[in-house]
Amino acid sequence: MKLHEFQAKEIFARYGIPVQRGAVIERPEEIDRLEVPYPVVLKAQVLVGGRGKAGGIKLAADPAEARAKAAQILGMDIKGERVRRLLVVQAADIGVEYYLAFTVDRAARRLVCVASAAGGIDIEDVARTAPEKIVKFHVDPFAGFQPFQARGIAKQLGFGGKALLQFAAIASALARLCTEMDAELAEINPLAASAGDGTLLAIDAKLVIDDNATFRHDGLPRNEELTELEAAARAADLSYVELDGDVAIIGNGAGLVMSTLDMIAHFGGRPANFLDVGGGATTENMAQAMEIVLRKPGVRALFINIFGGITRCDDIARAIAARPPKVPMVVRLTGTNEAEGRAILEAAKIHAYVEPEPAAQEAVRLARA
Amino acid sequence: MAILVNASTRVLVQGVTGYQGEFHTRRMLEFGTAVVAGVTPGKGGAEVAGVPVFDTVAEAVAATGANAACIFVPARAAKDAALEAIASRLDPVVIITEHIPVHDAIVVVAAARAAGVRVVGPNGPGVTSPGQCKIGIMPNHLFSPGPVGLVSRSGTLTYEIVAGLTAAGLGQSTALGLGGDPVVGLTFQEAIALFAADPQTQAIVMVGEIGGGAEEEAARYVGASVRKPVVGYIAGVTAPPGKRMGHAGAVISGTEGTAQAKKAAMAAAGITVVDLPSQVAAAVRRAL
Repeated sequence: MKLHEFQAKEIFARYGIPVQRGAVIERPEEIDRLEVPYPVVLKAQVLVGGRGKAGGIKLAADPAEARAKAAQILGMDIKGERVRRLLVVQAADIGVEYYLAFTVDRAARRLVCVASAAGGIDIEDVARTAPEKIVKFHVDPFAGFQPFQARGIAKQLGFGGKALLQFAAIASALARLCTEMDAELAEINPLAASAGDGTLLAIDAKLVIDDNATFRHDGLPRNEELTELEAAARAADLSYVELDGDVAIIGNGAGLVMSTLDMIAHFGGRPANFLDVGGGATTENMAQAMEIVLRKPGVRALFINIFGGITRCDDIARAIAARPPKVPMVVRLTGTNEAEGRAILEAAKIHAYVEPEPAAQEAVRLARA
Repeated sequence: MAILVNASTRVLVQGVTGYQGEFHTRRMLEFGTAVVAGVTPGKGGAEVAGVPVFDTVAEAVAATGANAACIFVPARAAKDAALEAIASRLDPVVIITEHIPVHDAIVVVAAARAAGVRVVGPNGPGVTSPGQCKIGIMPNHLFSPGPVGLVSRSGTLTYEIVAGLTAAGLGQSTALGLGGDPVVGLTFQEAIALFAADPQTQAIVMVGEIGGGAEEEAARYVGASVRKPVVGYIAGVTAPPGKRMGHAGAVISGTEGTAQAKKAAMAAAGITVVDLPSQVAAAVRRAL
């Protein structure tokens, strides 16, 4: 789960990382009662990246300008996400911009610290164009990230004196935050050294919390980037991703469903969604799955691809037979309790394929008809 | 032969008294697996499907000589269960549990490496060596013994491909699922190295999916060191970037982890890459 900048900054502040808390507003009029010194920066609070380029961050010299610019940004659409809140902070005095993050390195299967003196821009661009400007350090899972290691990284970035100590303290705090908060990513970009005395300040804050670990963190905000159908699917414990085609897909198992989408594309069709009913899906789960995928406008065919393992074909067949869809449907059914499942479908005059590919071809044909 | 599990594997099931634990313990016994012990703290002295239940892994191992673990414990207790199995040097430790926090998985994988034992999973279907031993939740009837080693990141897609191999008369030495999470124990490269050294295995099938770079890493290894034929399939060609496709680990981040990049790396390493699951069996047949 991604946190908004203002939410992440609250947590950063708890760990002693220097941030400007500023104020969060939802209406331009609220500018008048803020006590933030001018000039200020207005920052759109959205979960998608690239808000600066999209015009979601603006500088204002006085309250009148701030109100006008707040009115521009609030309600703006940034990559499909509507701006509902602004963070207002005092414009910082920025000299050098650094990058600092802790994240999970899948290949190394450890936390990795990524730091660079070329901050302020997309770190993936730096990694591509100037990999030598990036320092990477893997964290020992048992001992944790140590202060001397933080000082070593500071040294590699060119810090000295008081700034070296401040950077090391921030890096140590961010490492502790990342572990204790179950973060997949804890990122400061930019971490700015002031043009005056070089004091460090986290200008932005990005925090992504592991969805599987929210049970041990009370009081986390609930941020949803889900479409309406994705939210309905999550409430029903189904894994659903909306796509832009016209062949609705239901299958069991993430790998099988991904492969089903690919099959539809391979035969010239366009999948409307990814939906995994999961292992051991019941008749009820399957009925909810059908209801959700068919709610998407523009669906012209439904393809159901079930390989019964823990999931039983008869449970699936009962849901299909109980409420056959209005759009053309193709069913592929094999595995556990296949004979029982086929009997249920045959009684409802529904044909079921054994092999997935002829079934996928038929689904594509029906969507085009 | 086969890899990881065979006729001498003695399995201990953690979480044996839960719904999934009991159900799959029965299926493993039906398969012919030597399930010798179960562990559920507080339920020592009970029995599940004729298998004695113990409070701790240590006493279960002392009493039964168990040498491998299968974990069905719920996610919030799974790290503890896995570390308990690792402390008793069970090998492999097969973690079926889904939704384990990634920071927990990091600790488990590091502890296993330090102890010199192999973790398979989390969030996988397990390991099956037909005719010898099954640890996990794969459907029993799909398998037949033979020369094909199969390693995959998913469950049902593995079943689909195993069924295709069996139907084509191509039996399996071992089939295993590495798990759908971002951080898992055994990697493609390690599994392929085991297959490469296994005399029973004459061809290797790798079934990957979007997310991470484990397939690319394995492909480089195959190109440099593996002489046996390898057939590959990657799911997720149509997956959009930034969306998790069911598995926590199945997500394209930025430009990393696309199906196209994986297929290209595999083809460059001399792996026969097919576009549909049904094409795997024919490609294996040609390679043998």
